[in-house]
Amino acid sequence: MKSKTYYRIRRKIIWVIDSILKIGVCIFLAFPFYWMLTTSFKTYTESILFPPTLIPRVFTLEGYRTVFEGLDLGMYLKNSLIILFWIILIQMIVMVPAAYGFSKCEFKGRGLLFGFVTVAFMVPSQVTFVTTFLMFSKMKLIKTLIPQIIPFGANAFGIFLLRQNFMQIPDEMLEAARLDEASELQIMLKIMLPMAKSSLVTIALLSFMSHWNSYFWPLVMTTSDSVRPLTMAIDKLKHLDFGFVWPTIMAGNVLMVLPVVILFLIGSKRIIAAMAYRGIK
Amino acid sequence: MSKAKNNASPAKRKCGPRLMDRLRPYLMIAPCIAFLVVFTLYPVVNMIYLSFFEYDLLTPKKFVGLNNYYRLFFVNVDFWEAFKHTFYYTVAEVVLLITLGLLLAMWVRKSTFLNAIAQRVMFLPHLVAMLTVAYVFQWLMDDRSGLFNAVLNFFHLPGLNWLNSSKTALMSVVIVSIWKNVGYYALILLSSLKAIPAEIYEAADLDDARPLLKFFKITVPMLSPQIFFLLVTITMGSFKVFESIRVLTGGGPGSSTDVLVYYIYRYAISNMKYGYACAAGTILFVILMVFMVVYFRLPGKRVHYQ
Repeated sequence: MKSKTYYRIRRKIIWVIDSILKIGVCIFLAFPFYWMLTTSFKTYTESILFPPTLIPRVFTLEGYRTVFEGLDLGMYLKNSLIILFWIILIQMIVMVPAAYGFSKCEFKGRGLLFGFVTVAFMVPSQVTFVTTFLMFSKMKLIKTLIPQIIPFGANAFGIFLLRQNFMQIPDEMLEAARLDEASELQIMLKIMLPMAKSSLVTIALLSFMSHWNSYFWPLVMTTSDSVRPLTMAIDKLKHLDFGFVWPTIMAGNVLMVLPVVILFLIGSKRIIAAMAYRGIK
Repeated sequence: MSKAKNNASPAKRKCGPRLMDRLRPYLMIAPCIAFLVVFTLYPVVNMIYLSFFEYDLLTPKKFVGLNNYYRLFFVNVDFWEAFKHTFYYTVAEVVLLITLGLLLAMWVRKSTFLNAIAQRVMFLPHLVAMLTVAYVFQWLMDDRSGLFNAVLNFFHLPGLNWLNSSKTALMSVVIVSIWKNVGYYALILLSSLKAIPAEIYEAADLDDARPLLKFFKITVPMLSPQIFFLLVTITMGSFKVFESIRVLTGGGPGSSTDVLVYYIYRYAISNMKYGYACAAGTILFVILMVFMVVYFRLPGKRVHYQ
């Protein structure tokens, strides 16, 4: 018969091992971030030392200086922000009435049209990019920011989330407003929207992050630097010097990651919930 | 008939009787539908159409019938190579992401301080651009001064060539993707794990069920719709892998990491063989369509969109 202390000690040991393993997993997942950050502060010679140093012996901002001097960061950042601004604005304008229509109005063909929306959203841009590129280059728009903006006018996740949100608003509220002679537009803007504010913020946040990070689309849709966003600038860092100068490349990537991590720290609960929802739907 | 319906649900009456009211819902969804028609439906239809042509934007397109497909399947062996790599990649992704995701989710299920931190950290890689992740890992996997080989050497193991050998390149790309996505899928599984009623486990505890038995007899069956859903999602996601390949290996060494989307990209953007690229794109589209059909027939999925 084993004593109570035996079980208590056994549980304690298991707990310690479990915790150590968990910390290990956390380190494994967080380490590349640490590595990126520290490498960005190293000198080039230190960065290629073997075995590598875990903490930079000499802190230098050389990498950052090269990034700022070698690239017209301002231009790329401006492009990124203009693209993001228009994408989010257009998405909101398209999304709100669509979600309202699909949630609170009955009309012929609603099921069919919603089915079309659902299926169309599942066709990835990796399938459509060739012909979309041809379309824009025939229209002579490849040298503008438009190909990076309007294809994203309809936001699937946004419409689904918002529709779900609108469906929870009781019909009686809309009916009361209609009795007060409110127009449909007023109902949408003054009643529905304020109740969905939190969803709208979440949608804008996720949209920002996904388009801030996007690399595939600008890569295939642009032919000149003047319309390229920040991701494409980071991709050019490897050509800035002879070969790969890791501190410079990492410095550029730190600048890319920073806004996203800050947004995550501000709204991590909201973002995790929304991403999990997006994963399930 | 519409009148009766309107009387039945007074709140929706406004969307019914008068002409303007009847048109309004269509106007509301029109922009959304228009965007999808122009930027999804039209490109797909046009892609299938162009796949029967030889086309390079400069000279007029020439109808070639099924010749592009014939060349894809029977003349150019590189398409099968790309398809094979995509398939291997997809199988590795599905097996590893679901197994590891499930294990992670089980592991951090209880609400403790450490688990709360772990959940946040698990999510972090998912936020960062694939571009950044790819560069950091390219650096970690560098064969001369990368950290991974330093760790291997520390344990007196020979260093690997990671991305620079055709034997290990695809595996290295899979590792990067696992690192980026496993936490995200674990969190998705975790949210369904929490929805399993505790009574079921309590009943099993009364019967002195062993943990492994509980896992296979309760957890896995209860999560099966979710797991099946992830299976389809990960498969579809893996078939369109591109960014990591482009940054990490550029399809190489040799053609050892050439995948479908990279193949299409090469022929379309670099070689301007648009008709041929469209044929390859059509194949990819058909593959994804098959999974889409499966996706919409998923058990436990249909409830969401009526």
